[in-house]
Amino acid sequence: MADAGSRIMTTPPAATAPLLRRLGETHRAPVAFTIDGQPATALEGDTLLTALLLNAGALRQSEFGDGPRAGFCLMGACQDCWVWTEDGGRLRACGTPVQPSLRIVTREAPWPPLG
Amino acid sequence: MSENRADVLILGGGLMGAATAFFLRQRGLSVILLERRLVGQQASGINFGNVRRQGRFLPQLPLANRSRAIWGRLPELLGEDVEFLPSGHLRVAYTPEAVATMESYRDGARPYGLDLELLSGNAVRARFPWLSPEVMAGSYSPHDGHANPRLAAPAFARAARRAGARIEEEAEVLTIEHESGGYRLNTADGRVWRAPVLQVSAGAWGGRIAARLGEPVPMVVRGPQMGVTEAVPYALLPVLGVTTKEIREVLYLRQVKRGNIVFGGTGHGPAELDAPPHRANPDITLHQFTQLRRMVPALGALRIIRTWSGIEGYMHDEIPVMGPSAKWPGLFYAFGFCGAGFQIGPGVGDVMAELIATGTTTTPIEPFHIGRFT
Amino acid sequence: MAAPRVIVVGAGPAGTRAAELLAAAGLRPTVVDEGRASGGQIYRRQPPGFRRDARTLYGTEAGRATALHATFDGLGPAIEYLPETLAWNIHGGALYVQREERARRLPFDALLIATGATDRMIPLPGWTLPGAFSLGAAQIALKAQACAIGSRVVFLGTGPLLYLVASQYVKAGAQVAAVLDTAPPGARWKGLPLMAARPALLAKGAVLIAQLMRAGVTMRRGVVPRRVLADAAGTRVAGVAIATPDGGEEVIACDAVGMGWHLRAESQLADLAGCAFDFDADSRQWLPRADEDGRASAPGIYLAGDSARILGADGAEIAGRLAALAVLKDLGLPAPPGQDVAALRRQRQVMDRFRRGLALAFPWPAGLVASLPDETLVCRCEAITAGALRQSATELDAPEMNRAKAFSRTGMGRCQGRFCGIAGAEIVAAARGVPVEVAGRLRGQAPVKPLPVAALADDASTLEST
Ligand SMILES: Cc1cc2nc3c(=O)[nH]c(=O)nc-3n(C[C@H](O)[C@H](O)[C@H](O)COP(=O)(O)OP(=O)(O)OC[C@H]3O[C@@H](n4cnc5c(N)ncnc54)[C@H](O)[C@@H]3O)c2cc1C
Ligand SMILES: Cc1cc2nc3c(=O)[nH]c(=O)nc-3n(C[C@H](O)[C@H](O)[C@H](O)COP(=O)(O)OP(=O)(O)OC[C@H]3O[C@@H](n4cnc5c(N)ncnc54)[C@H](O)[C@@H]3O)c2cc1C
Ligand code: FES
Repeated sequence: MADAGSRIMTTPPAATAPLLRRLGETHRAPVAFTIDGQPATALEGDTLLTALLLNAGALRQSEFGDGPRAGFCLMGACQDCWVWTEDGGRLRACGTPVQPSLRIVTREAPWPPLG
Repeated sequence: MSENRADVLILGGGLMGAATAFFLRQRGLSVILLERRLVGQQASGINFGNVRRQGRFLPQLPLANRSRAIWGRLPELLGEDVEFLPSGHLRVAYTPEAVATMESYRDGARPYGLDLELLSGNAVRARFPWLSPEVMAGSYSPHDGHANPRLAAPAFARAARRAGARIEEEAEVLTIEHESGGYRLNTADGRVWRAPVLQVSAGAWGGRIAARLGEPVPMVVRGPQMGVTEAVPYALLPVLGVTTKEIREVLYLRQVKRGNIVFGGTGHGPAELDAPPHRANPDITLHQFTQLRRMVPALGALRIIRTWSGIEGYMHDEIPVMGPSAKWPGLFYAFGFCGAGFQIGPGVGDVMAELIATGTTTTPIEPFHIGRFT
Repeated sequence: MAAPRVIVVGAGPAGTRAAELLAAAGLRPTVVDEGRASGGQIYRRQPPGFRRDARTLYGTEAGRATALHATFDGLGPAIEYLPETLAWNIHGGALYVQREERARRLPFDALLIATGATDRMIPLPGWTLPGAFSLGAAQIALKAQACAIGSRVVFLGTGPLLYLVASQYVKAGAQVAAVLDTAPPGARWKGLPLMAARPALLAKGAVLIAQLMRAGVTMRRGVVPRRVLADAAGTRVAGVAIATPDGGEEVIACDAVGMGWHLRAESQLADLAGCAFDFDADSRQWLPRADEDGRASAPGIYLAGDSARILGADGAEIAGRLAALAVLKDLGLPAPPGQDVAALRRQRQVMDRFRRGLALAFPWPAGLVASLPDETLVCRCEAITAGALRQSATELDAPEMNRAKAFSRTGMGRCQGRFCGIAGAEIVAAARGVPVEVAGRLRGQAPVKPLPVAALADDASTLEST
């Protein structure tokens, strides 16, 4: 059983090649947001999960040290797609529309955020 | 039928019964434990998991200290880990009256060997910076902690079985009769059990059984309300609680090493002896949220993933029933732990085994005697 | 007397038809749905700003989809619609809902649960890798986001959705590496007599498979999957390994896999309402007990659509109507004109025969699940292995799933056992050598889905009333 001390820190999820492939509907307006501090772009109407996985290979690290995760059901059932925002907020990526203000972290941020 | 005979019969396989069985075997007595369902499925298996001495009724501290020492030795005693974590226990105060209560409790606890450190609001926040500005003071007990209730009683029962105890699950005791040389119990499956000594450790059901044995006690059953958050990085080390007289303000929480934060408090729900435990009351769940945010504002960003309740017996004087019967030789009680039996469970088992085996105990338990109600 | 308070949870085909009928009877039902728009799973709508037409999105079902959407949108003020609202608990004759930071208690006289289903899953080794998704997810990515889950996709599992989603991917221009069906080749014939109840649907299925064949997609039946393979860095899907008849392994390269073994009913609310459940041997899952109109065993609770029986979209619409009629009848209210209960029941029976046929044609591979290797992560939320679950069933002597959950944490995570519960019961049953129904089912616990601690009760006084 992994505890906090033994969490594996592999490649940050954002550093791997995008997972999803866009097939159409590319006429929509772009939306700028950030992943781990780096600028990224999505389209209006994308969910945060789509936006992240068109820019990165995963959403987060499993908190129990078994590697990266990228969501599973896309319908709000599996809860595999929860990501952190820079200010310590939590978002379920598959059900949240991407917004320009979003600053997402795919690595485990210090918790609780103080100050 | 002779195989259903032992030196001691234990009625009820919660933590009290399981620990008593284990310690009786250590003293060489033969023992049969009869549990209606599965060991540790009731209060003992679903409680909050607080291994806390701070805040207990002072005359209970010697027992709590003895129990605390056993908690520390459990892996070696049982050969299993029940996730006991001596992470410290912190109670906070929101009002000057509560600070005063803390101070007098600290002074009262000191002679019993429980050293509590009182910290001002700023000092406690310097050490635990996630506490809310509303906290006026904290009382810190460095050697208390928490453990996994889902594992504790079954681990005691398995260790007892390995040591030669008979642990009978799905064995509901329907009748208890006195006969020459002791007690004769009938279980729902038609089997008969005999022993010169009987311990009733039937938790919330203990009151009903004691009444049938002619020793009625004033007891109510209620359902404490629990919940747990998603896992987040391990950061809230001590178990947290509140010193208050206001039940709506009572909140306790602990973070397990894997990251989830377990919590309870702010009120009880109903419970029934003849029905499965009620589910947690959602109105209380929502009220707990206000108190969670009040104590640790960062919790407001998290989600809860599960709630539950259970069945616990509360004596009118908030003191458990423990010790020999006032009426029958060879009969012993250990029930009605008033929402605080988890921490003292191992100690209760050890003391009851000592009492049954030697007729006396080195830890004072007179205040808990059932005779106080007659 | 105040008008009876009727709540419908779910605005898919079942919930929409139920709400329509209740509104026609002069009630103003409250409709609670988590989604941003009505439609449910099959008729899920794309977000505003997307331009594909209904034909592209829903294929042969375009007409039904637009009709259902139009019905719902046309209800307007005749219903109280609470979108983006989670129904998270039931207690004391009230439904507890939450939207953002607002929590409300909605007392009801009748509650109609039409919460649909999710994919039924087998936790194959490697199923947590980025690039492994449920079949439903693969379809949602396409329908609602115009994305494919990868560049070269394997579809794995069994059931009609397997072929449907694969063909939707082909049509959308995505590359489908293979369709791997775990159903044995002969199973289809076993299901045929029952499936013949709906010849048109059977024909649609045949057309789908023909289209996939024409597109040159590799299709295999009787597949025994071993695991989802990772790339060298261990960070994403690189293939699917399947057993070969000689005991070896064959690898089908891909960068994504969509997997699912038919559906599992989303039945937690029924559980929280205190409804009795029965083991359904055909689909090998526990379902809430309901009479032919959808009355559950708990008073005032009605069930419709996939959350009670997986009858497909048309069946969901019929079940929604029947349940609404049952609500009206039990409340002593007249049904709106033109409702033929007997005909609806007959249609429902036809769909139920088809359902049982499907279960035979696309069986749940219980043996495969039972023999998953010990290192498999069964519970993806808590990262608990099949080995740990087996140990709780054997060494720790847990006789059924809830005890095994208490010991091993399987099913204790954020998803509440939705994706590991059914497979977990097979593993526990096999480890103890008992039938799967003896291993039981995970009891539902509130909240139905994660609930924000930030939620504020609308009415603080409710606490005092308890
Ligand atoms: C939700 C909740 C939270 C709590 N939190 C804490 C905490 O944080 N810290 C703390 O110290 N304490 C806590 N407690 C209290 C603590 O859990 C109990 O005091 C303790 O577990 C009592 O143990 P027991 O063995 O007496 O009772 P139980 O665990 O209830 O065991 C009694 C057993 O007797 C069996 N039984 C009853 N009748 C019969 C019969 N006729 N035949 C056979 N068997 C029978 C029952 O099935 C049961 O298994 C909490 C309790 C609850 C319910
Ligand atoms: C991912 C997926 C894809 C499918 N695709 C097809 C397909 O292409 N073709 C086909 O024939 N069948 C498909 N099915 C089967 C399909 O489910 C049925 O045909 C039909 O949609 C069932 O209708 P329903 O009304 O019972 O449920 P659904 O359409 O699933 O609607 C249920 C609704 O309830 C809401 N809900 C659930 N729980 C809660 C809650 N706790 N609080 C608030 N709201 C809640 C959901 O948001 C949803 O809108 C699919 C199923 C799934 C799961
Ligand atoms: S991907 Fe399953 S909940 Fe978001």
